[in-house]
Amino acid sequence: MDKLLVSKRMKGRLVQNAILQAIFFFATVLGLIALMLLLSHVVMQAIGWLDGDFLNNFPSRRPEEAGMKSGLIGSLWLMMIVAPVSFILGVGTAIYLEEYALKNRFTAFIQTNISNLTGVPSIVFGLLGLTIFVRELGLGRSVLAAGLTMSLLVFPVIVVAAQEAIRAVPQQLREASYAMGATKWQTICRVVLPAALPGMLTGAILALSRAVGETAPLVVLGIPTFIAYLPSGVLDTFTVMPLQIYNWTGRPQEEFQHVAAAGIVVLLGFLIMMNSVAVLIRNKFQKRF
Amino acid sequence: MMATKTKETKVAPLTVGSTAAMPTAESGEAKGVVYETKDLNLWYGEHHALKHIHLTIYENKVTAIIGPSGCGKSTYIKTLNRMVELVPNVRIAGHLAYRGRNIFDPSYPVEQLRTQIGMVFQKPNPFPKSIYDNIAYGPRIHGIRNKKVLDEIVEKSLRGAALWDEVKDRLRDHAYGLSGGQQQRLCIARCLAIEPDVILMDEPTSALDPISTLKIEELIQELKKQYSIIIVTHNMQQAARISDKTAFFLNGEVIEYAETSKLFSNPADQRTEDYITGRFG
Ligand SMILES: Nc1ncnc2c1ncn2[C@@H]1O[C@H](COP(=O)(O)OP(=O)(O)OP(=O)(O)O)[C@@H](O)[C@H]1O
Ligand SMILES: [Mg+2]
Repeated sequence: MDKLLVSKRMKGRLVQNAILQAIFFFATVLGLIALMLLLSHVVMQAIGWLDGDFLNNFPSRRPEEAGMKSGLIGSLWLMMIVAPVSFILGVGTAIYLEEYALKNRFTAFIQTNISNLTGVPSIVFGLLGLTIFVRELGLGRSVLAAGLTMSLLVFPVIVVAAQEAIRAVPQQLREASYAMGATKWQTICRVVLPAALPGMLTGAILALSRAVGETAPLVVLGIPTFIAYLPSGVLDTFTVMPLQIYNWTGRPQEEFQHVAAAGIVVLLGFLIMMNSVAVLIRNKFQKRF
Repeated sequence: MMATKTKETKVAPLTVGSTAAMPTAESGEAKGVVYETKDLNLWYGEHHALKHIHLTIYENKVTAIIGPSGCGKSTYIKTLNRMVELVPNVRIAGHLAYRGRNIFDPSYPVEQLRTQIGMVFQKPNPFPKSIYDNIAYGPRIHGIRNKKVLDEIVEKSLRGAALWDEVKDRLRDHAYGLSGGQQQRLCIARCLAIEPDVILMDEPTSALDPISTLKIEELIQELKKQYSIIIVTHNMQQAARISDKTAFFLNGEVIEYAETSKLFSNPADQRTEDYITGRFG
């Protein structure tokens, strides 16, 4: 190599590196600033409106009395359906695809479709839910209908996350188990699932937080946005936090913008909590093989 | 005629065309014989990895399998407990009887076969569980729940693998806290816990330091009193030190199979001689 040429070009390379580093840094900061502005705007608006009463009151025509109770409890009801249904279906599908299914074209076809489902707009799931659960099965605008619709929405996300978790379990562990005369199910149940569980849970919680934040499918289902009582069963109608917020933002009175901001803060707090749990699980069980 | 296998759960009955011509097939076991291999062939897709293998493996002996890389040693040993069928697109044809019973017979569940055959892998592969739970894994999957019985099995297996004294105070610790050599002996203990008849070992010391290797070699000498051991090794001194019989594989064929002392001192085949004297491989 020509040493002279190398040192001549050195300066250009260093400058190039510095410029690109600055661009990347700027991109990162820009995103952060936008997020901060948004958050601080919402929080400022919510100040003075977000208190114990806000969490304990039902929505009301009068902004001072309006509260989030029905939305908050409604979101919890929704999670109670979505969490078990989507987790069992999603993990079951992932186990089937990874451990049982033959690696043939049919499996590849199913796999492609599941991956594609993650890209389907949520409103389409709403239409599906409206047709099947609300109308065909006659569940009405109930917790159950909404829960099943949301389960379908997050199902592909959970499948993909669970598949990745299963694939991360080293093959040698399965071999050790099979070589001792374990059946497939024993191997899955005692070796694969315990090792894959943290990854599956992380994926499931993130999927669940998506379900809690989704609005569009529930609008299509016709879930009410203003309800002043709590559901007493899964067949009752209900509302959820994002719908409640949507209702408030649509009101003409200036005060309701503050109520909506308070609602957004509650919803965000709820989601951040869920995501933190997911991160905690991930960190606790990282690097185990 | 060959049976096609893709996945373990879908094992098709293996019908061997020439069974009728092999009277020993199901007609009961010859005394002292563990495995009878006759004209065994195996393909990975189109690749013919085992070619017309004939090999008889005897009880309470250490049988070493040597040969250059890629000659089919692991493939053969994995066929003995049918683990090779976990590989997609494997085809097997020929006769392989364990204790007089055709191991490919559909009425012979593969789980039952593997309960008789312990396996130790090249890389130590303990489960991400405690030392105790690693050993208790086998007994538990076979339905043993009683705590006292499990305790006894764990102690006996760890003693059998010469590991008890090192770990008896930390049975509840995670197995990954053990050294590589200890982990490998843990894997041996784990396979002793199912009280197998045969132990298959695929290069069990290749990932270990000389002292751990020595320990495992001593252990093998101890184990052969009770078990029949088949060991794949790249280390010819090791084969000469620990085995009673040695099979030399080359390109998927058995070139020579004889008493270890005979094979190493006076090989019958030129290719065997070339290999053990280090002229190729
Ligand atoms: N899963 C597989 N799929 C396709 N071909 C394979 C597979 N495993 C092994 N083979 C091929 O079969 C032949 C025998 O492989 P095998 O692993 O039995 O060799 P080996 O004697 O154990 O070698 P080594 O000493 O390197 O472990 C090789 O040519 C290898 O490439
Ligand atoms: Mg090998």
